Amino acid sequence: MAAAGAGRLRRAASALLLRSPRLPARELSAPARLYHKKVVDHYENPRNVGSLDKTSKNVGTGLVGAPACGDVMKLQIQVDEKGKIVDARFKTFGCGSAIASSSLATEWVKGKTVEEALTIKNTDIAKELCLPPVKLHCSMLAEDAIKAALADYKLKQEPTKGEAEK
Amino acid sequence: MLLRAAWRRAVSAVTAAAGSRPATPSRGLRLRVVDHAPQSAVHSDAAPEAEPVLRPLYMDVQATTPLDPRVLDAMLPYLINFYGNAHSRTHAYGWESEAAMERARQQVASLIGADPREIIFTSGATESNNIAIKELEAAIQPDTSLVSVMTVNNEIGVKQPIAEIGRICSSRKVYFHTDAAQAVGKIPLDVNDMKIDLMSISGHKIYGPKGVGAIYIRRRPRVRVEALQSGGGQERGMRSGTVPTPLVVGLGAACEVAQQEMEYDHERISKLAERLIEKITKSLPDVVMNGDPKHHYPGCINLSFAYVEGESLLMALKDVALSSGSACTSASLEPSYVLRAIGTDEDLAHSSIRFGIGRFTTEEEVDYTAEKCIQHVKRLREMSPLWEMVQDGIDLKSIKWTQH
Repeated sequence: MAAAGAGRLRRAASALLLRSPRLPARELSAPARLYHKKVVDHYENPRNVGSLDKTSKNVGTGLVGAPACGDVMKLQIQVDEKGKIVDARFKTFGCGSAIASSSLATEWVKGKTVEEALTIKNTDIAKELCLPPVKLHCSMLAEDAIKAALADYKLKQEPTKGEAEK
Repeated sequence: MLLRAAWRRAVSAVTAAAGSRPATPSRGLRLRVVDHAPQSAVHSDAAPEAEPVLRPLYMDVQATTPLDPRVLDAMLPYLINFYGNAHSRTHAYGWESEAAMERARQQVASLIGADPREIIFTSGATESNNIAIKELEAAIQPDTSLVSVMTVNNEIGVKQPIAEIGRICSSRKVYFHTDAAQAVGKIPLDVNDMKIDLMSISGHKIYGPKGVGAIYIRRRPRVRVEALQSGGGQERGMRSGTVPTPLVVGLGAACEVAQQEMEYDHERISKLAERLIEKITKSLPDVVMNGDPKHHYPGCINLSFAYVEGESLLMALKDVALSSGSACTSASLEPSYVLRAIGTDEDLAHSSIRFGIGRFTTEEEVDYTAEKCIQHVKRLREMSPLWEMVQDGIDLKSIKWTQH
């Protein structure tokens, strides 16, 4: 009696296995990708690569990193009279993740005010680009670049304010 | 025993026949290999959703090499029919495997001018290096020492003056070990002319199989080594463990092919290397070749592209398989210690790419690689703040960089 039951169970189980959908074989054999496609996209379809006029009063330039470290980012912002960032450009000497982080930074600062741009965190950049732990420092440098550009812009505004007060 | 000797003769006849394929090698690599994913043996009933996938060109022969088809031909019988343990003394399976193993040993020895009794099979050059270095610890006399030098460097391709070092060591009665993984079968080596006492050999660097190598240990004057692994006493007690017949047959075949084709390969690879370097340096300024250009193995080209970071160039050259000395590509985030040791500036160390040209590299592949490299270096320089500053006439060394 028990044996028959066990046999039926076995047959039912095997029937279930046969009918169950096989895992798509492509997922099983897909190779591990070294570069996330979001990172590659920033290189293959670059946006905001370039330079703004460094000498202009409305342009803040941030230059962070060092060639000896293999990472240098230059990020520039153009701010209008209302304190809103209307344009941003970047140039980067660094790995794919560094290029993508700085590229994303220029995308995010556009349209923000100077105060809002200060709130951009490296963790958000890393999450958006799905950066692996070993590349987190690239997003940190991008945050530094934003802050450096904002600081440079603020510095340029101060002497004028002093003159106006005089 | 007469029976055993007869078997040996029969086996060597078979293996000789298997080895004597047509002289022209069939190309192991094509410019593009169509690789159909899904690769599993499970066939889905649904219509194939996967498009054929193109694989990158292979320009990383210092990391590993593809199997030469002639080597595979030599190995197959030992993976299919002749599967005996080479140490079994009581039956034909053992005898034929042993004969194949000894024949392979002779092929390896002949490539480096050694006696077959001086070749011990191992699992690779790493194991061979460990055996050789351990010898230092096993030395009885307190003043015995060992010199260990790479024959050809795997990162920049520089050839060390092995013969001179050998002469010095021999006159001072110091043991001389060399890791010849990148040199065996590529440049002429003779353990007696160069006074080498110990040499490490790697199978998969010379178009042989992975998982096998050898260590050359001089018999006259005798060099004593201590075994790393103990067991049944195989390989004269210096490396216990069943010798994997198919793998050593592959290593032997690879050595024999290398001996026959060394001169032709060297000339062909030199021409391709010159072609690659000329194309690149003609179209791009500020390219530095790392390593002494005079004492250099042509198949390993290490170039630094100033103002462009290495890993970004590897990402851009996604359809060519290459390697870089940049920190971003190493797990430790430290740039190549080799480049640092030869005094390369750190920023150039981050900008280095290694191009490997091998037996199966075609002119087409070299041209494609050069073209893509030029295209993407130009593009990355447009994106580089360093290039911009240099174009504006700024001296990069004068800038105070922020430390991150």
